[in-house]
Amino acid sequence: MDLNYTTEQLAFRQEVRAFLQANLPQSLSDKVKYGKTLTKSEHEQWHAILHKQGWLASNWPVQYGGTGWDSVHRHLFEEELTRASAPRIVPFGLAMLGPVLQEFGSDEQKEYYLPRILNGEHWWCQGYSEPGAGSDLASLKTTAEFDGEHYIVNGQKTWTTLGQHANMIFCLVRTAKEGKPQEGISFLLIDMRSEGVTLRPIVLIDGEPEVNEVFFDNVKVPAKNLVGEQNKGWTYAKYLLTHERTNIAGVGFAVAGLASLKRIARTEMYKGRPLIENPHFAARIARVEIDLMAMSTTNLRVISQAAAGKAPGAESSMLKIKGSVIRQEINSLARSAIGPYAMPFVSEDLDPGSNDLPIGPEHATSVTATYFNNRKLSIYGGSNEIQRSIISKSLLEL
Amino acid sequence: MNFDLTDERQMLQDSMRRYLNDSYSNEKIRSLADSEAGFCRDNWAGLADLGVIGALFDETDGGFGGAGFDIALVFEELGRVGAVEPLLDTAVLGGGILATLGTDTQKAHIESIMEGSLQLAMAHGEPQSRYELARVSTRARLVDGRYELDGQKSVVVNAATADYFIVSARTGEDTASPKGISLFLVPADAQGISLQDYPLTSGGRAAELMLDKVEVAATALLGHEGEGHEALELAHARATVAICAEALGLMEAIRTLTTDYLKIRKQFGKPIGKFQVLQHRMADMLIEIEQARSAVINLAGHVEASRDEREKHVSATKNLVGMVGKLVAEESIQLHGGIGMTEEYELGHLAKRLIMVDHRLGDSTHHLERFIELAVA
Ligand SMILES: Cc1cc2nc3c(=O)[nH]c(=O)nc-3n(C[C@H](O)[C@H](O)[C@H](O)COP(=O)(O)OP(=O)(O)OC[C@H]3O[C@@H](n4cnc5c(N)ncnc54)[C@H](O)[C@@H]3O)c2cc1C
Repeated sequence: MDLNYTTEQLAFRQEVRAFLQANLPQSLSDKVKYGKTLTKSEHEQWHAILHKQGWLASNWPVQYGGTGWDSVHRHLFEEELTRASAPRIVPFGLAMLGPVLQEFGSDEQKEYYLPRILNGEHWWCQGYSEPGAGSDLASLKTTAEFDGEHYIVNGQKTWTTLGQHANMIFCLVRTAKEGKPQEGISFLLIDMRSEGVTLRPIVLIDGEPEVNEVFFDNVKVPAKNLVGEQNKGWTYAKYLLTHERTNIAGVGFAVAGLASLKRIARTEMYKGRPLIENPHFAARIARVEIDLMAMSTTNLRVISQAAAGKAPGAESSMLKIKGSVIRQEINSLARSAIGPYAMPFVSEDLDPGSNDLPIGPEHATSVTATYFNNRKLSIYGGSNEIQRSIISKSLLEL
Repeated sequence: MNFDLTDERQMLQDSMRRYLNDSYSNEKIRSLADSEAGFCRDNWAGLADLGVIGALFDETDGGFGGAGFDIALVFEELGRVGAVEPLLDTAVLGGGILATLGTDTQKAHIESIMEGSLQLAMAHGEPQSRYELARVSTRARLVDGRYELDGQKSVVVNAATADYFIVSARTGEDTASPKGISLFLVPADAQGISLQDYPLTSGGRAAELMLDKVEVAATALLGHEGEGHEALELAHARATVAICAEALGLMEAIRTLTTDYLKIRKQFGKPIGKFQVLQHRMADMLIEIEQARSAVINLAGHVEASRDEREKHVSATKNLVGMVGKLVAEESIQLHGGIGMTEEYELGHLAKRLIMVDHRLGDSTHHLERFIELAVA
């Protein structure tokens, strides 16, 4: 048992830290620090900076233009990114689709799509969920009928995150109605500019149009856009869900959130003293910090197992639950910390270049919005209820 | 012991519920979010016509209620539909102060409030005061027989529509002392007042209020100079009944919405309400909401009691309601899944309004601490 990083790992961390110091634009880190929504071009700007350095695909093998890092290096990298308030790397192409194509895609698909993920030509979104198929994803109904040359896609996807920025969508579609529902699903790559694709934004409770409905009306998709074999899509989707999900706990986000919470609590005054000195409030912060310290180590335990070649299974469910609950608690404490200034609703539309004075202290901006927005952490990517079921089945064999 | 409503209260509840069900909808609330006033003036007039505002005042002030249970009844009904009309600000806080301290001339405004033609806002909280009632640094100086007010008031709900502000200002003692606080009835158009107005997460609007050498006549003083704290505390106690009862109404509405949804939403071939895990979560929610209901009853029944007894219940109830409110809002979003995260669906507004209850009149941590002080004393 040795809780320390090796000298090499520490040097690597230093290298990342120095790089971020020199290359992360403050305009971006400020927005991240204050919980503001990044524009599409800001995301692209950040991807381009990382791509130039060769660090954009931190989870890809070198042969495809990735870093080839093991899970410990990736963890250090991600931790430094959040520590520096760097924008998060949009996961759909890099973290989700990339690994699936590398494992199951044809050579042609790898050659065509992977470089375009890296250079930003393709912005991917994830078309899994449907109005009737959320937790029970296998009940999805969007159909793809093969006419010998094309798949003709009809149906609807929903909750599609940042679909408004995307030009490509990877979808789970139904190609067979016989047998078990899981057995008739295929994995299809669809150009969103195709005729018959329409998008409707969904505004979330924080007032931001973060997700979308995507409608498919007789959309023609070339046969070569099928990944792997027809009716095997469920296997690929599950691979994506369990493969290398080391960052699922969001430790870096929690650490950054806790630091920001403490910053706020040091500035806010209560009974004439900084709020952080109030024993009741301090106790609540301490409680979540203690949880976070332990969870970080659980995370590292899973990561080092992964580095030794053991892919995490239901452990990632555990990390997802604990990680989301801790982050939500931190968000909730930050909301409490700003007191009455949690009440103003400040629309993000007013932010850039607006002449409006900020309302209340600057650190209060977006705190309430972030609190509400992060309720999603325990809903998406398999809700915490579903994760508990996985744990009780796989780890407890109940 | 009798926990039933009196006949009069039952009638008021019935007519309010009918009126609110007809005049409220999620679309309406969403459209109000972009409106200038932040609430619906027709509904305000409608509520006044129904006698809802009058029910918040004592008979001696021309009303026909004013007891803790009247306030609780009215606000629970408002909560059930997520109403955003500023009854708390105009009638309970503002009107309450007028009723306690006002001279006959000042009290004449109460009739206009009950008719629905006058709006008030309580300009008390300040950037550094957080939830402490006695922390006031806005100053009032007597200059040539007139008061001059200087300072900043934060998150003044209903500021932009108010005809008058009730402004707390220090005429003596140190910043945090309960002594030396005076209250003034200040016309909204007084020289030297400026507003930075904004919408609220809960619906409705508020403003940052700047007071720059605002001159008012000596007759603007409410009660005696330096003795405003007692009335402030009473008004806040009654407002705590109101906001906690409103929270209860919100919780009931949310529980109904969530239970209904669990019955119709199907996953894995059956209504998700059939999953035992979710049944237990709803059962826990129900237990906690009943706790909140009892806490509201406790407070409503003690708001006319002695100061110490009353305030202990204020802090107990506000603490409990804050905790339960958070549980109910968060659990209901979780059990809805993605749909619970959307602005379009009814739950969004109700859950946001419920969470925001903990940011007014003291949050659950503040009241826990205050309860300890009061209970030990
Ligand atoms: C902000 C946000 C972004 C998203 N982004 C994407 C995206 O980009 N692409 C995409 O495809 N999807 C996305 N999703 C969808 C997300 O994956 C689903 O919301 C999630 O799978 C839950 O499905 P649902 O919303 O239909 O809820 P439901 O499945 O209807 O669940 C409702 C409630 O029932 C519970 N429940 C369901 N089944 C069971 C059971 N068997 N036992 C116990 N409890 C159960 C759930 O835990 C939940 O509490 C996003 C969702 C959100 C909120």
